[in-house]
Amino acid sequence: MALQDYVTTGKKDTRSGFGDGILELGRTNPNVVALCADLAGSLKLDAFIKEFPERYVQVGIAEANMMGIAAGLTVGGKIPFATTFANFATGRVYDQIRQSIAYSHKNVKIAASHAGVTLGEDGATHQILEDLGLMQMLPGMVVINPCDYNQTKAATLAVAEYVGPVYLRFGRPVWPIFMPEGKFEIGKAILMNEGKDVTIFATGHLVWKSLEAARQLEAEGVSVELINIHTIKPLDEEAILRSVAKTRCMVVAEEHNRIGGLGSSISTLLAHHTPVPLEQVAVNDSFGESGTPDQLMKKYGLDTINVYEAAKKVIGRKN
Amino acid sequence: MASVEELKRIASQVRRDIIRMVNGANSGHPGGSLGCTEYMVALYFNQMKHNSNFTMDGIGEDIFFLSNGHICPVWYSVLAHSGYFQPAELGTFRKLNSRVQGHPATAEHLPGIRSAAGSLGQGMSVAIGAALAKKLNKDNSIVYTLHGDGEFQEGQIWEALMFAPHHKVDNLICTIDYNNKQIDGDVDKVLSHRNLKAKLTEFGWDVLEVLDGNDMAAVDAALTDAQSRTGKGIPVFIMMHTVMGKGVDFMENHHQWHGVAPNAEQTAAALAQLPETLGDYKV
Repeated sequence: MALQDYVTTGKKDTRSGFGDGILELGRTNPNVVALCADLAGSLKLDAFIKEFPERYVQVGIAEANMMGIAAGLTVGGKIPFATTFANFATGRVYDQIRQSIAYSHKNVKIAASHAGVTLGEDGATHQILEDLGLMQMLPGMVVINPCDYNQTKAATLAVAEYVGPVYLRFGRPVWPIFMPEGKFEIGKAILMNEGKDVTIFATGHLVWKSLEAARQLEAEGVSVELINIHTIKPLDEEAILRSVAKTRCMVVAEEHNRIGGLGSSISTLLAHHTPVPLEQVAVNDSFGESGTPDQLMKKYGLDTINVYEAAKKVIGRKN
Repeated sequence: MASVEELKRIASQVRRDIIRMVNGANSGHPGGSLGCTEYMVALYFNQMKHNSNFTMDGIGEDIFFLSNGHICPVWYSVLAHSGYFQPAELGTFRKLNSRVQGHPATAEHLPGIRSAAGSLGQGMSVAIGAALAKKLNKDNSIVYTLHGDGEFQEGQIWEALMFAPHHKVDNLICTIDYNNKQIDGDVDKVLSHRNLKAKLTEFGWDVLEVLDGNDMAAVDAALTDAQSRTGKGIPVFIMMHTVMGKGVDFMENHHQWHGVAPNAEQTAAALAQLPETLGDYKV
């Protein structure tokens, strides 16, 4: 596929992809159980709860307990999805995830909504920009950050098939739907456009911004390789190395702190192999603030123009 | 059914194992392990329906979670003598490349362990999850947990204490090792629970109390009583008063023995008080 093949078919929030995914799982997999800490509506669980009340656990505002209960449910063969906002699904409960889930290698799926600054008006207390780093540091944890409704729904179905702990991160705002429907392959990067001048690696909401930037760049005659890295861990090292061997420079775009996220992972990988110039489109080691998602994407340098400029700059840094 | 006399014989050997393991590792937690020996022996040798041919899911079996993971020496010994693994493996406690880790873990696949524990306050939540899974599986067996009293200062415990009665988790029996000792001193002085029984009752638990948790007959009877209270819509709680360091006179009631290993001389003095009944594991 190439840039022109990614047609926008509508707009929906990625969390609705999760809600529709888990509803489908409820119908196809009797072991799937959903847990929530008083945010069922925000996590789009209403339809699942209505259809499968016996497989829903309302934990109340007690996320630590929720992570432990999820771990315990796996002992009896259940596939629990522990759901809340990304902030409360990671930082608040890091030790519970570390000991009862990751170290104990429990088949828990942590489904985390409202990640990043696009959570919007609630402000920095709720806008976690450190979660990818926290989760990918845990041995054995799979970390996934899908980019639109279709990919989030497909990822939800895929993580239920995978045996082991998973962190599935998605968001609040209504966002363009542009990925084709289809099977989600954990750990396999998606080559969205082949190019030779620069590689843009993007994850989550920044895939859309990068697609827009790539279209502008291509219109100006820049040949852009665009790669959708939906799985932060395990990283598709082969796809990344193959691409930069050709383009010799890269942009990494993510709705996360520039420290500890996808940019950190890819730059470490490249430093171990063939270092090439890197520009990051990420939050520059700060907390967020209140505002609309669009305003915040602009202010924190996560917009189409930022990807575009980063690509131009990094191409200029090539020898 | 094991007689109380048989259980006491096993307990004496378990106490020897605890002393030898902690001495052999030159680290570990003898105090709480010795104090909970009667409970662990009665549970594994007389009360739980369990299978030493270990499966993680424990379907159709009663299952146990240790939440205060540091007292694992007593658990390891009881598991070994129950047939989960060879007692000789106890000699590898806290040593490199061992399955018998310093705190319980699943990573090395030691049979009998279903969750890591050590960072306190997490075991009740995990046990609630396992109990909910049993209900979903139409499995009528029981989930047991053991907790330290210092551990009840952790906030997550109170989240779990609130959850279980609200959700009618009535296939769960939680026990607290109430020895009033923690690392820095008496629980009452470090951070008091005040009237724990009243709190638990008000939270909605069915609470029974064992005044002497080192009296084998009393502990065994309490577990029988607790089982009879399951399945009635209310989770069951045992407040078990014990003596830290029980069975070794110079360790009894001293919080200093929470996490200190006896030296060679102290080990010999301790073992002299504890008859070898099942044979010491070989080092």
